[in-house]
Amino acid sequence: MTQTVRVMKDPGDDGRFGEFGGRFVPEALIPACEELDVAFRDAWADPIFREEFHHVLREFGGRPTPVTYLARLSEQIGVHVYAKREDLAHTGSHKINNVVGQTLLTRRMGKTRVIAETGAGQHGVATATAAARLGLECTVYMGELDTQRQSLNVFRMELLGARVVPVTSGSRTLKDAVNEAMREWVTCVDDTHYCLGSVMGPHPFPWMVREFQSIIGHEAAQQLHDRGVGTPDFVVACVGGGSNAAGIFAGFADSSARLVGVEAAGGAAIAGGQPGVLHGMRSMLLQSESGQIEEAESISAGLDYPGIGPEHAHLASIGRATYVGVGDEPVLEALQLLSRLEGLIPALESAHAVAWITREAGRDIPLGSTVLLNLSGRGDKDVAQVREILRGRE
Amino acid sequence: MNSLETSLRTRRDRGDKSFVPYLMAGMVPDWLDHIDALVAAGATAVEVGIPFSDPILDGVVIQRASLASLSAGNTPEGILAELGRRSVGVPLVVMTYFNIIHHLGLERSAHLLCAGGVSGVILPDLTLEEAGPWRNVAHGSGLDTVLLVAPSSPEPRIEKIAAHAEGFVYAASRMAVTGRADDDGHAAAVVERVRRYSDLPVFVGIGVSTPQQAREAYEFADGAIVGSALVERVLGGMTPTQTEQFARDFVL
Repeated sequence: MTQTVRVMKDPGDDGRFGEFGGRFVPEALIPACEELDVAFRDAWADPIFREEFHHVLREFGGRPTPVTYLARLSEQIGVHVYAKREDLAHTGSHKINNVVGQTLLTRRMGKTRVIAETGAGQHGVATATAAARLGLECTVYMGELDTQRQSLNVFRMELLGARVVPVTSGSRTLKDAVNEAMREWVTCVDDTHYCLGSVMGPHPFPWMVREFQSIIGHEAAQQLHDRGVGTPDFVVACVGGGSNAAGIFAGFADSSARLVGVEAAGGAAIAGGQPGVLHGMRSMLLQSESGQIEEAESISAGLDYPGIGPEHAHLASIGRATYVGVGDEPVLEALQLLSRLEGLIPALESAHAVAWITREAGRDIPLGSTVLLNLSGRGDKDVAQVREILRGRE
Repeated sequence: MNSLETSLRTRRDRGDKSFVPYLMAGMVPDWLDHIDALVAAGATAVEVGIPFSDPILDGVVIQRASLASLSAGNTPEGILAELGRRSVGVPLVVMTYFNIIHHLGLERSAHLLCAGGVSGVILPDLTLEEAGPWRNVAHGSGLDTVLLVAPSSPEPRIEKIAAHAEGFVYAASRMAVTGRADDDGHAAAVVERVRRYSDLPVFVGIGVSTPQQAREAYEFADGAIVGSALVERVLGGMTPTQTEQFARDFVL
């Protein structure tokens, strides 16, 4: 593969990544999607906007995040593992990159309010954080079940001045929070931007969110280059909707690195899904025999999504990236292993990528390979849940 | 021009107003008897919902009806087969979300819809830009694909939609999901803008819940679509006889 190939490129006006993507929304939302497309194109081509984006991520978001060599893990499994430390970004995960971009864009479009969906609450907290900084009104839709499971994050959002609306429809989780945010957006598009949390939804969201997150991959490529590591053999990231994976893949899509997305085994849209249309996009989706969307099931709320971003579906279909599944049990082991060996408690989501690396070292990953892991978030939010599970076994 | 559009145009040209009630298929065991009751009351056509797990343009009432239908084990094939065994006597228009059609396959969907006696389809998440392949298949099967116009639709877009519209134009009266009627809406303005570009019948929907609101819509539009108000009562236990009485008030 040569350097001139652009695998992850501008999807064009119709937002297509091969046969995936597009824009499947109620007619009422078309003008808002078109307006956003124009506004993002304009802003992303504007050096002043880009500089402001980078400035905010530097002075507020904690970037650049370092790359850490995981010496003890590497020694134990026989492959060289470098971690991109998104867990050190403000609010504890990569989510801040996207919300800083989208809230700056909201202000640029002259809108005064944002709405967002959230599953476990990471994107909700990040949105509330970025909105507070710019003085934007913020409402977050969260499945009622998730508000109970993650009540501390509800309180965090409220501390940050956001309003949290429990969603009682459907399965009362992330999928339904997206439905409800879209329903709400129909009623308030004039003054409100929908700050979607992943590389999903109708065009231009999958492309725009990938662009805002691509700072992860570009930084990491430079950092590995600067320390003489060069191009890694593998780039590995967990995938729910797929924003942290898209962000880190963007820095290596045109290189020789093998790209691996790790899904929760109970939410494996690529392995277990079929093409379909949901939440504004054509992508791979878990669905029943008659085309009803099925629930994903995972220990990690952030990967509890029955679909995947359309660009990932495309990267899988052309063979540029591989998507694999990891079950809950090895994830729990990986979380403990990384904590003990490296002093890093990863988010349950990120622990999926760790679990795949430890499982495949010496198998799919040849010994002596160099692996870049996206450590997309820190595990503080999960320790109570992990304690419950581990204590239950004693 | 397909059969749905021909019959609706004929009616409009006579100066008659169209009452188009909506029911979710399978939401109660005797849903087909409710359809017969609506026809007996004078419905021009009946809009039949096929349930989808994630109805993003529907409010709480239709969401509940979807869930009830899905919980009862209904499938698109089963619903269309049941419809096909009933002779309803007025045009049937199916409303569902595109994944249902996409999953069945376009050709197979068109075949099943026709076999079910359906003459038109409303797919609120299938925008004009994405609709090409489906419209070709549908058109070849004699099915009209009804398009929506929203209060937010700018005129150049209305012109484009009008150029591709079939059957009738669905004018959304407000920026809301189904079942909300908490303000006056913008129905008259939307209808007026549509008329500048289309001579198709124009029906008002989303937020028409009372006979009074329907009559207001008949003043400037060719018809009114009533969904949540009816569905809520049927879910609440209204019998087919009561459905007929309820519907009569909406018929001009």
